[in-house]
Amino acid sequence: MNPTSKTPISNNSASQHAASRRAMPMRELVLFGGLAIAVLAVFATMGPAYSTRMLVEASCYAILALGLTIQWGYAGQFNAGIMGFVALGGFSATFFSIPVNHEFWSSDLPGRLGWVLLAMIVVTAIVFGISRLDRIGVPKLLRTTLAIVAGLVGYLVVISWLRSVTGDIESQVEFIGGLGLPVWLGWIVGGVLAGGVGYVIGHICLGLRSDYLVIATLGIAEIIKAFLKNSDWLTRGTATISPLPWPVPDPGEVGFLTARALYLSVTVVMIAVVFFLLHRAYHAPWGRMIRAIRDNEVSAAAMGKSINRRRQEIFVFGCILMGIGGAVLTSFNGLFDPQGYLPLNHTFLVLVMVILGGPGNNLGTLFGAVLVYVIWIMSGPLALALMHAITALGGSWFDWQPGNLDSRALQARVFVIGLLILLVLRFAPRGLIPEKVVHHD
Amino acid sequence: MNELIYFFNYVVIAGSVTGCIYAIGAVGVTLIYSILRFAHFAHADMMTLGTLAVLLLTLAFPHAGDPLGLPTAIVMLPVGMAITSLIAVGIDRAFYQPLRNHGVKPIVMVIASLGVTLMLQGLIRLFAGTGSQNLYVDARKEIFRIDVPGVTRPIILTEPQIILFVITIIAVVGLHLFLTRARLGKAMRAMSDNPDLARASGINTKLIITLTWIIAGSLATLAGTLLSLDVAFKPDLSFFLLLPIFAAAIVGGVGHPYGAIAGGFLVGFAETLAVFNWSVLLRPLRDSLPTWLELPTNLALVGTEYKIVVPFFILIAVLIWRPTGIFKGKVI
Repeated sequence: MNPTSKTPISNNSASQHAASRRAMPMRELVLFGGLAIAVLAVFATMGPAYSTRMLVEASCYAILALGLTIQWGYAGQFNAGIMGFVALGGFSATFFSIPVNHEFWSSDLPGRLGWVLLAMIVVTAIVFGISRLDRIGVPKLLRTTLAIVAGLVGYLVVISWLRSVTGDIESQVEFIGGLGLPVWLGWIVGGVLAGGVGYVIGHICLGLRSDYLVIATLGIAEIIKAFLKNSDWLTRGTATISPLPWPVPDPGEVGFLTARALYLSVTVVMIAVVFFLLHRAYHAPWGRMIRAIRDNEVSAAAMGKSINRRRQEIFVFGCILMGIGGAVLTSFNGLFDPQGYLPLNHTFLVLVMVILGGPGNNLGTLFGAVLVYVIWIMSGPLALALMHAITALGGSWFDWQPGNLDSRALQARVFVIGLLILLVLRFAPRGLIPEKVVHHD
Repeated sequence: MNELIYFFNYVVIAGSVTGCIYAIGAVGVTLIYSILRFAHFAHADMMTLGTLAVLLLTLAFPHAGDPLGLPTAIVMLPVGMAITSLIAVGIDRAFYQPLRNHGVKPIVMVIASLGVTLMLQGLIRLFAGTGSQNLYVDARKEIFRIDVPGVTRPIILTEPQIILFVITIIAVVGLHLFLTRARLGKAMRAMSDNPDLARASGINTKLIITLTWIIAGSLATLAGTLLSLDVAFKPDLSFFLLLPIFAAAIVGGVGHPYGAIAGGFLVGFAETLAVFNWSVLLRPLRDSLPTWLELPTNLALVGTEYKIVVPFFILIAVLIWRPTGIFKGKVI
């Protein structure tokens, strides 16, 4: 190709590029400046220890939001069960980091639990084997009946065995304790666990309508929560586990502010790494392929792109980030409480962060995460004050005397979050910092 | 025989009750889906909202039902249905219609409906608190015991359960007649088949959409109220209904009202059968069993606390083996 004919075009596009680059940062500068002022205002009014805690939590939510932004922003998949992946990550962080329960390991219970697990594997293998009997000439109807009967009987035997073992664990040693390993190992395994669950869900739902994924993720989140809540032998259930060790020195050793600041530096480094990797992936051919699939599935398929595999990758990556984010968040809270995982906080708040900040734009997502979290934290006291004012009015006008005011005031925030989702979808569907789509002529 | 009566009370009756509720809920979901083409996640909260409306009316006029000999909540049901329908149409005008006019993807509508879910939940808990309340205000729930000859244990039926069965049958037959005989019902089916063709042939699509919301709102109120009459009104009712209702709608084939009814009963019975303790039925055989085979006391497939797993696994199984549902649904 003739280089002289190419130069003007590239010059032209470069200048266009530069122009758009120069015009856009204004918006980001103003928004981030405003955010910085808001955070500083919180620092000034609530004190540094409280504000640092808020920042650490916001940064954990930012990891979750980055996980959702690749699913929703990059690929248009909506995950409504972030809570489940967060809870899985939290459980993994807890299980790996808390001290070993010697009472459990010195009894005969680990052996019995091991036998149950082995029986579970054997039953699964037998049922799988029976379901393949048609290969050696058994009629299909007979095979299906046999497989169902064997599965049912095996399931009942294993589950009653498991019930007796877990009952003994609960009555003799309370729960199985942890592994006493470094907490970052739990974070990694949390991500792997969440990714594994995401793989199974994605494998079933991603080839179907997008609504089915929403229903399935909603369901799996509730099931994970129900399992963690009711398995007292594994997680102590409603009795909760605390304290959880930190990867940095505890507040007891170096004081609240320093410890939290150190934790913040860990999360910030994690976000920086994730951000950098996502940035590279977004601009790589892989990222282009993902966006091509999102924007026009048919033409991407016609170009020979494997749509379901790419979707699967994206979904699993997002779930891994959510698992890690949940693990970091739970470790920071220092308390594993399965009932503390709420669809509201851990799914819808993250959703608002992503759609408000700008789906598909990592910078926008970070902005949305910090902004929404600051608003969310600050709205608690505000809602209480408002509620008191309203009840004072309601009491004097209509003689309306509602009970448990505090919980009701917190419910008002649910309403605001819902309204915010609808308003953003209606008036700023691309978020405050929209995704910048680069056009090549 | 006692065991069979026990089975009847705890599986047949309980399963039919849950089945009716899920069926009415799933019909609403599937109707909205077939007209508006999105999964309406706020449907379970619309049920709670309708129930709340009925509850407030019942609290305001606790003795309105006495002259008719019915629970007051049943007398107040039509008013509650009207109120909920109005709210449903209002929500559509305020939130869904602008998005629809923008021509957004269905998944955005789904997210919008999640936003509506949160708004409704916030409102409901703001006004009703978080505790549960009985819909029988100043009245007593009648319990009928039907003695079966030769058995000590009676069949137990409560008044709300009988009302539930009667009203469900009326609602299903009414909906069937409406969809097959009435002009508007036929127009609705036409629109669910092919919206563009329906519009081109002069059907007022706006009217059909409004009508869909009215039917959905009424059915939601009906299901929520009947369920709450049987147990009690809880603000977190929607949480336990959402997944089974969607499972029922998908099992039956999305966009297929009769499939939704079948799916509702299937999910309802599957739930009750899964939490039923089967060792009760095997108890009479205990003495004749060989000694090496010891019957465990708990033979339930899943514990009550894992009830939510059942609709989920039905859903997963359907999505794997037959994504179109039992009756061929419209779109997968």
